[in-house]
Amino acid sequence: MSLLTPDGGLVFWMLLAFGIVFFILAKFAWPVITGAAEKRTNFINTSMESAKEANRKLAEIKTEADGIIADAYEQRTQIMKETAESRDKIISDAKDKASSEARKIIEDANVQIERQKQEVMASYRKEVSEAAVQIAEKILRRELAKDGEQMALINSMLDELNKQQ
Amino acid sequence: MRWRIIAVLLLMCLPFAGYSEKTEDSTGFNINDVIFGHIGDSYEWHITEWKGEPVAVYLPVIVYSKTSGFNVFSSKKLCEGNNYKGFQYGDPDGKYSDKVVEIVNGNEVKPLIDISITKNVLGLFFNCAVLLVLAFSVSSWYKKHSYETPPKGLRGGIEMFIISVEDDIIKPCVGENYRKFSPYLLTAFFFIFVNNIMGLVPIFPGGANLTGNIAITFVLAMFTFFMVNIFGSKTYWKDILWPDVPVWMKAPMPLMPLIEIFGLFTKPFALMIRLFANTLAGHIIILSLTCVVFITVSLGAVLNGFMSVVAILFIVFMDLMEILVAYIQAYVFTILSSIFIGMAQVKEEE
Repeated sequence: MSLLTPDGGLVFWMLLAFGIVFFILAKFAWPVITGAAEKRTNFINTSMESAKEANRKLAEIKTEADGIIADAYEQRTQIMKETAESRDKIISDAKDKASSEARKIIEDANVQIERQKQEVMASYRKEVSEAAVQIAEKILRRELAKDGEQMALINSMLDELNKQQ
Repeated sequence: MRWRIIAVLLLMCLPFAGYSEKTEDSTGFNINDVIFGHIGDSYEWHITEWKGEPVAVYLPVIVYSKTSGFNVFSSKKLCEGNNYKGFQYGDPDGKYSDKVVEIVNGNEVKPLIDISITKNVLGLFFNCAVLLVLAFSVSSWYKKHSYETPPKGLRGGIEMFIISVEDDIIKPCVGENYRKFSPYLLTAFFFIFVNNIMGLVPIFPGGANLTGNIAITFVLAMFTFFMVNIFGSKTYWKDILWPDVPVWMKAPMPLMPLIEIFGLFTKPFALMIRLFANTLAGHIIILSLTCVVFITVSLGAVLNGFMSVVAILFIVFMDLMEILVAYIQAYVFTILSSIFIGMAQVKEEE
């Protein structure tokens, strides 16, 4: 068998065997394998795409959430500030009110004291004048014609005394 | 290739120039018979010898001759030069050495049809079966599983191999029409690869030198030839028959068309010779290195032992290299077929 001339019998069997193998593989094996591989490639590609999309959305949501949190912080600070202000205001209002009340009470008390003082002074004056009248009566040993004149005289004399004091 | 040359040169340094002639040394060892017996074809599959008796698988001889019609019989009936129904092995020094011939009127006549199941044919069937089993082990996975779960283990490896061939060789070289040709190109690639690898297995039923046989590569090249030309586009045929060159080069003497038509045949011819020669060379080198062990017997035990170690180291190296070559040659055949098919799919430029 020469090396360089194709042997007819082997060519025949090779044609037959290769033809059959080619037919069987082309019909039943390769399309299944390459088809599955292609489908899988597409599946992986679309999955990657959707994963990317999901990541992008997630990132968006995260920035949104960060924004909301930042807003909330700001609002909290704002509210705290306002609260502090209103608290200070209430305290200062209360202080003002208390002091004005106190002042009023003190004033009332002063008025009362003044009035009582006046009353005391009036009764004291009366007693003193009566005593003075009695003393004067004793001193003068005479009865004045009219009580009214006597009293007016005594009052003018007491006023003079007060002025001297 | 460089390593092959170096290996051959090293072999040449050995003092066995005298043995490569058709002479037998004292041990009855004939290197020509051994090497050509292994790379050639035969009607029985010789495995080894056991207690002086040959252990061989005797294969059926199927011949058709004008005188006696169809004959089917075991090649065992022909061993040791026996004649059966007028058939016997041709004279080793004659025209039909190693072939079954019919003796008609004392002359050797080659039968009209000889489709015997020879060693190569049996190897071919076995390798085809291996190829089918490997391919269906992957495709059967998808009967039970959806495409979303790829196969695991060996089947996953084979699937990756198949996909890499399609994605890296077929798709880029054929172009957009690749789906139509991918089944053929995948079959060609894995047919060559499986046959190359099985050819390196030294024990039965491997070791048949199929891709190093010109009949096999001839059929493969023919398939590529028909794939290229049957599915060739209109522009492809126009470029061959009426190429874009000055008119005097194509009429009245069709110089360029002749060259182009000649080119149609040189391409598959190159495919055929390249695969055949590369595989054959690898087999011959490995067999020659193996023969070193036996040839150096006559040089004494020390030299024989030393040379055996060297030869075995070389054989291991060459075997590993041939595994690489098995892939490379399948790759080259497929990539060139893809390119030829792709070139025949050209579209009219606008």
